[in-house]
Amino acid sequence: METGKIIFYLISIMIVIFGLLTVTTRKLFRSAIYLLFTLINVAALYFCLNYEFIAAVQIVVYVGGIIVLILFSLFLTQQAGLDLPKPSFSRVALAASLSVFGFIFVFLLFYFSSSSLEVAGPVEVTMKAIGTQMLSFTKNGYVLPFEVVSILLLAAMIGCIAIAFRTKENG
Amino acid sequence: MAEVPYQHILFLSFALFFIGVYGFFTRRNMITMLMAVELMLNSVNINMVVFNKYLFPGELEGLFFTLFIITIAAAEAAIAIAIIINIYRKFKTIDAEDVDSMKF
Repeated sequence: METGKIIFYLISIMIVIFGLLTVTTRKLFRSAIYLLFTLINVAALYFCLNYEFIAAVQIVVYVGGIIVLILFSLFLTQQAGLDLPKPSFSRVALAASLSVFGFIFVFLLFYFSSSSLEVAGPVEVTMKAIGTQMLSFTKNGYVLPFEVVSILLLAAMIGCIAIAFRTKENG
Repeated sequence: MAEVPYQHILFLSFALFFIGVYGFFTRRNMITMLMAVELMLNSVNINMVVFNKYLFPGELEGLFFTLFIITIAAAEAAIAIAIIINIYRKFKTIDAEDVDSMKF
């Protein structure tokens, strides 16, 4: 067993444990912090896979942006210290059976079809290749989705301000 | 890291996805439902990166899909939280069961 393997299995165990804690704990702030740990571990997984750029984006956007946003909205909408009510047994049973059967289904589907996949040797992804292909407008270039997604972000920003703007009649 | 078979990373991403599904169906607080959706999006990202790295290492398509998914997830979280805060102002709660004024 080599070091890289051990680190990978440690990271995956932590991802699963913190993910489970995120969806099962009844304290809201702890749930947000467990989500933070899950996202950091996913970033560590990207580092292990040598996708440093994706790991950096994951840390900047998810850990730095979305978690802070979620924590702020928790502070705004939730009375501090209140636990969530316990979900009813029928709902827990339904959700648990749905996810367990779904997992087994996908597992079996994958198990019986994966022999046909061909694994190529891993290569390094350089930052230069990412930047060149991202802004290239020839074949396989991604400049059009890049521009479209920037328009989407602008629209989302204006939309957020318009939705959360406090007007006289409902404020 | 190259020794880890890609199947194991895919099993990790399946597990994370169904953890997200479980959370989405049990939780009734809107913010925790949003957090479950973030877990599912993360598992999809892991999937994309693994397929890119192990099956098509010469291409960068999976990497770009991951980048765009992360971008759109950020926009989605911002919009969702704006809507949730507006709902909280109107109903004084963010429990999905209590917001039922459009329910038939």
